[in-house]
Amino acid sequence: MANEIIDGVIRALQLIFSGDPTVVEISVRSILISGSATMIAFLWSLPVAAVLGLRRFRVRFLAKGFFNAMLGIPTVTLGLVLYLFFSKAGPVGFLRLLYHPAGMIIGQAVLITPIMVSFITNAIESVDQEIKDLAKTLGASEVEASIAVLKESLNGVLLAVTASFNRAIAELGVVLMVGGNIAGFTSVLTTTIALEINRDIELSIALAIILLLIVSALTISINLVQRRRT
Amino acid sequence: MRRTLVVWVVLLVCVVIVSVAGTTYYLAGASRRERVIVSTTTSLYDTGLLDFIEAEFEAEYPIDLNFISVGTGIAIQHAQRGDADLILVHSPKDELKFLTDGTGVNRKIIAYNFFAVVGPETDPARIRDTAPLQALSKIVESGRNGTARWVSRGDNSGTHAKEKSLWADAGFDWTALTRESWYINAGSGMGETLKKADYFSAYTLADMGTYLKYEKDGLISLKVLVEEGKDLLNVYSAIAVNQTLHQSVNFQGAMAFVKFLISEQGQQIIEDFGRDEYGQSLFYPAVGVLTENTEPTIAEWIRDYAFFDDTECPLQYRRGYPELYGGG
Repeated sequence: MANEIIDGVIRALQLIFSGDPTVVEISVRSILISGSATMIAFLWSLPVAAVLGLRRFRVRFLAKGFFNAMLGIPTVTLGLVLYLFFSKAGPVGFLRLLYHPAGMIIGQAVLITPIMVSFITNAIESVDQEIKDLAKTLGASEVEASIAVLKESLNGVLLAVTASFNRAIAELGVVLMVGGNIAGFTSVLTTTIALEINRDIELSIALAIILLLIVSALTISINLVQRRRT
Repeated sequence: MRRTLVVWVVLLVCVVIVSVAGTTYYLAGASRRERVIVSTTTSLYDTGLLDFIEAEFEAEYPIDLNFISVGTGIAIQHAQRGDADLILVHSPKDELKFLTDGTGVNRKIIAYNFFAVVGPETDPARIRDTAPLQALSKIVESGRNGTARWVSRGDNSGTHAKEKSLWADAGFDWTALTRESWYINAGSGMGETLKKADYFSAYTLADMGTYLKYEKDGLISLKVLVEEGKDLLNVYSAIAVNQTLHQSVNFQGAMAFVKFLISEQGQQIIEDFGRDEYGQSLFYPAVGVLTENTEPTIAEWIRDYAFFDDTECPLQYRRGYPELYGGG
């Protein structure tokens, strides 16, 4: 049995280093889909987080609580909900997002929005309130003072983006239910790892190694960047 | 200051939109060709047959085949929601329902093989070479005294439907059996279920195609204990989704693929698939058997098991394409 594992890993490494077209294609697709999802999520999360972190208003705690509660939303739950929405019998079925990369991007963007919002909000809140006051006393406008705070929280924003990307690229539920693991079209790292163990275990192992490398390399490089900044 | 901020924000938004749109366009590249979404039983997919057929079909037609491997029950559900253009399934009873509820049209039988009861070499229930129904009774008996176990697909697939009807024919109440401790509900596709049965040294019902592939590939060590015979016949059909019910389905594309499957070329691919590697065909072509009566016994069995009103697709469920059914 141990032989099987060692052989599998060796052949998986051969697949990776020989630049096997399937391995490359699936890895690239995964990175592109999760990368796009992260960018879109960033686009709508930053303003939301800025408002939540900088302003004080009545339903603020409700909104923050909502995003915190959604932090751990099970990917299969979201996958099921999105499937029902994207299905042709569903409310937005006419958009034809089911079994399509665009649907997977949107699904992952929705999935990581709570992480993005919560992390960025926390980063902004942890910046000393005095910076804003100081900026204002130095003659800065409200907007300028807010930008000063945002600049100070850049580390936290970076962390939020990385954590979101990692969650997106490592999740299975949404991409499987929305994408359907269509070979050469919507199959990504996680779906292939989960389903190819019935057909081609070496491919599964190769992709699992790549996924691990992507996630850890990204985390490590972010840590290095952060260390340099502080 | 305010103006530079606005410029930056607009720039950021533009960059994100352009790059995401570009990425999506790039990723969707394959689908700029016409798409046909095929929800399929897992056995045809797990064996690799569909990969093979896909390559040959796409070389000749400007159509992209997208297979979703889910099992017969779910495939039918997908089609009923309008999420598939074509289904490849193997459960005549469910297929008839699918035709009568108005979703399915133009059913064609494409291939057949046999189910087999497979189990550990030691065969604790001593079912080797018994008749299928007798074998099931023996497994229940051994299961109840703790010497044997049974793994069921448990996923509403065609194989699962077959298993249920076999239990009924053998005189057991299937729902009651599922509550007994020796009965393991796998809830997975054919390949995965075989691996679970292998792991638990249990018996299970499998189609010969998937079994042969997994056995020869060294993934399982289960043995075929009961095989062939009319009771264990397994018939695969293709059914298109009715365009009048779901206007957005790609009916023409789906029918082009059906015609390819039943063409001489398509049938030859099915017959040749895996023959050199596994010593026998994993699936047998059905068209010649039915039209030319090359194997009268098998043809008779298929008619008995998988025909509705003496035809593979009653008239009221046909939409065009008379050449499919020997018409002019």
